[in-house]
Amino acid sequence: MELLDNLALGLSTALLVQNVLYCFVGVLLGTAVGVLPGIGPTATVAMLLPITFSFEPVTALIMLAGIYYGAQYGGSTTAILINLPGESSAAVTALDGHEMARQGRAGAALATAAVGSFIAGTVATVVLAVAAPPLARVALQFGPAEYFSLVLLGLIVSIALARGSALKALAMIFLGVLLGTVGQDIYTGTPRFTFGQRELYGGIDFVSVAVGMFGVAEILRNLENEQTRTAIVSKVKNLWPTREDRRRIVGPILRGTGLGAALGVLPGGGHVLASFTSYAVEKRVSKRPEEFGHGAIEGVAGPESANNAAAQTSFIPLLTLGLPAHPVMALMIGAFIVHGITPGPNVITEEPALFWGLIASMWIGNVLLVLLNLPLIGLWVRMLRIPYQVLFPMIILFAAIGTYSLGFNAYDVYAIVFFGLLGYVLIKCGCEPAPLLLGFVLGPLLEENLRRALIIERGDATVFLTRPISAVLLALAAAALVVAVLPAIRKRREVVFAEED
Amino acid sequence: MRTTSRYPAAARMIAVIGVVSLAAACSGNGGGGGATGGGGEGGAYPSQNITFVVPFSAGGPTDTVTRMIAEPMAAKLGAKIVVQNVEGAGGTIGAGEVARGEPDGYTVLMHHIGMSTAPALYQDLGYQPLENFETVGLVTEVPMTVVARKDFAPATLQDLVAHVKSNADKVTMANAGIGAASHLCGLLFQTATGVKLQEVPYEGTGPALTDLVGGQVDFMCDQTTNTSGQISAGEVKAYAVTTPERVKSLPDVPTTTEAGLPGLKVSVWHGLYTPKGTPQDVVQKLSEALKSALADQKVIDQMAKLGTAPVAAEAATPQAHRAKLEEQLTTWGKVIADAGIKAS
Repeated sequence: MELLDNLALGLSTALLVQNVLYCFVGVLLGTAVGVLPGIGPTATVAMLLPITFSFEPVTALIMLAGIYYGAQYGGSTTAILINLPGESSAAVTALDGHEMARQGRAGAALATAAVGSFIAGTVATVVLAVAAPPLARVALQFGPAEYFSLVLLGLIVSIALARGSALKALAMIFLGVLLGTVGQDIYTGTPRFTFGQRELYGGIDFVSVAVGMFGVAEILRNLENEQTRTAIVSKVKNLWPTREDRRRIVGPILRGTGLGAALGVLPGGGHVLASFTSYAVEKRVSKRPEEFGHGAIEGVAGPESANNAAAQTSFIPLLTLGLPAHPVMALMIGAFIVHGITPGPNVITEEPALFWGLIASMWIGNVLLVLLNLPLIGLWVRMLRIPYQVLFPMIILFAAIGTYSLGFNAYDVYAIVFFGLLGYVLIKCGCEPAPLLLGFVLGPLLEENLRRALIIERGDATVFLTRPISAVLLALAAAALVVAVLPAIRKRREVVFAEED
Repeated sequence: MRTTSRYPAAARMIAVIGVVSLAAACSGNGGGGGATGGGGEGGAYPSQNITFVVPFSAGGPTDTVTRMIAEPMAAKLGAKIVVQNVEGAGGTIGAGEVARGEPDGYTVLMHHIGMSTAPALYQDLGYQPLENFETVGLVTEVPMTVVARKDFAPATLQDLVAHVKSNADKVTMANAGIGAASHLCGLLFQTATGVKLQEVPYEGTGPALTDLVGGQVDFMCDQTTNTSGQISAGEVKAYAVTTPERVKSLPDVPTTTEAGLPGLKVSVWHGLYTPKGTPQDVVQKLSEALKSALADQKVIDQMAKLGTAPVAAEAATPQAHRAKLEEQLTTWGKVIADAGIKAS
């Protein structure tokens, strides 16, 4: 019954007028920065941090947390409407979400994302309340060897992201991994593929790649054919998911929630894998894998739920151990300190009202988000009616401003141009941007953890097999690979991939 | 290709206004946000917004310190201060941009110990700390701590030194990346003990500390701002602080001198800079504002919570800052050259 007492304490804290108000301010802001391409939650939280110095600590943290998970909600909107993902998770949503929008089903896609996120957020909040401390201890078992094996598994199962040729998908993953190596090597400090440009030392920004490969390439493709574009607008059908849709999204939402909640706990990049993995799983278990990439509603429901669940459970290492899993969490550690609270395992016992209040506020925040987002869907969909010659320059303008404001680095804007053209050429060659983006995000994680594991073990590669968690993950990866190449299954895959553009 | 204003003023303005008005809109304290100050030159300084460039990511220790002092400094100067994070390449991107900036006092750089290590770490840096900047004043010196996973065998700093000497091929020492404070402290540890250790670099302090708490690596040396919480919770074991005196928030942790390794003395000092050629009266005004901010009780309290303190008033001057910079350039130039480290 201690849990109930704790939850009561949390709810009584979170339901104070000023806390509900700032929770709303947080999620509203989060939604706004999530929708605007480029401007992300990290910059927003950094700017608002000084303002929160004068708040009660719990109020400050409730608002900052709201910005973070609110942005996860908002990020799917532009991904679905204009194929402009602002975070790696939203890139997965764009695959089928934008396809749905092109078929006039943007409303259904947005509603699915909102509802899936809400369910995931609710379940993940319960997970946080019930099992945060033990889960954090489990997460600490993950060292470099485990992360390497996990990322490898993620890469292998995610070949499913491709809707066309698996070979081309593989080539795109490798290109992505290569692009991910640009910048200063963290182990030796050696700049790689920077061509003497110091601005490239920090690597290529993810937002530039995503905005270019998805958003700008899409615009170029739309501009070459005015007909397809007009067709989309005239075809805006029902705003809400049909009964058939509702039946189809239950499974993906539940699976996505479970997967996301589990991966989110891992501070070393688990939340990055959540939406990719969920998409791959849904495609694998679906009776209609051929629909994936062509507007399958499961491809929106699963990854969106996984992403939101992971966003929520990624607070576990922060709240129970004081260890950040994301730059936003690092900022929140700063907020803890400024308010005189030492982040760490003692927060639960020393500041129970703060710990439980923050957790309870996350559920309230999820309710607020769904109340905020569902009525907005009609408005968002109407945005698609804006004449394209007005809409596309605005998209490019906002994308450029947002990307520039990330680090005030003009190279990030040049990169949009480069990746926009590259994306267009690749589409023309029948290669897809999603696997490239996956390689770009996971490649550096793979390399970093591989090398770190080997450095710690003085070059002994057996570490990947002698550590049990790593060994299990590698066995799963091997199994996934076998499944992918088994001839009998290959036959089915050929059917799956038959519909090449 | 590379001219002084690669980033057109207009573009920067739009970005800043967008961001600032967003912040203003949501903070609820209204305010016109962006460029409301009269833009005219020649009037009394300051007549427009001042930009503080932080060459590291938002939310890091340097960023936190900057935002702490920006508010009282803005009040003293009577102008808005906009904090801008221009990160990358160990702080050299942001520093380089300020070095090439207008010497009018409206572009100010906050940098830490990295200002004195960059010339040794990076070839063709594009700027020289002593030649391209005016020093405004020191801000704070953050102490560092030698910490280990809690089940690591050595009990004291003496034990640790003995342990690494006999187990140099097994012990691992984490750091937050090339040129990071924890990397520099690690170099100094190796110099002081005469042992070459296996370093395990991470991308930032967060992941490094996570693996230390998780027991994946043996020990590291990092700023109190990052380690105090884990030390007081008993998640990591603290051997010593690297300052001449004990740190208030960690009264039980001895100094390196007390613990028998006096050669390991390092603090992460922060200072403000303007581009070379900034009028002396402007530099003086900034330095005065800095001094008053450092005497602000709120700033003192906030820094205390981070395990640090403002420098004494006489250190928040251009002269004291310059002397510190010169001394540190020599010290680190030698340590880094001896270790044979190059970042590019």
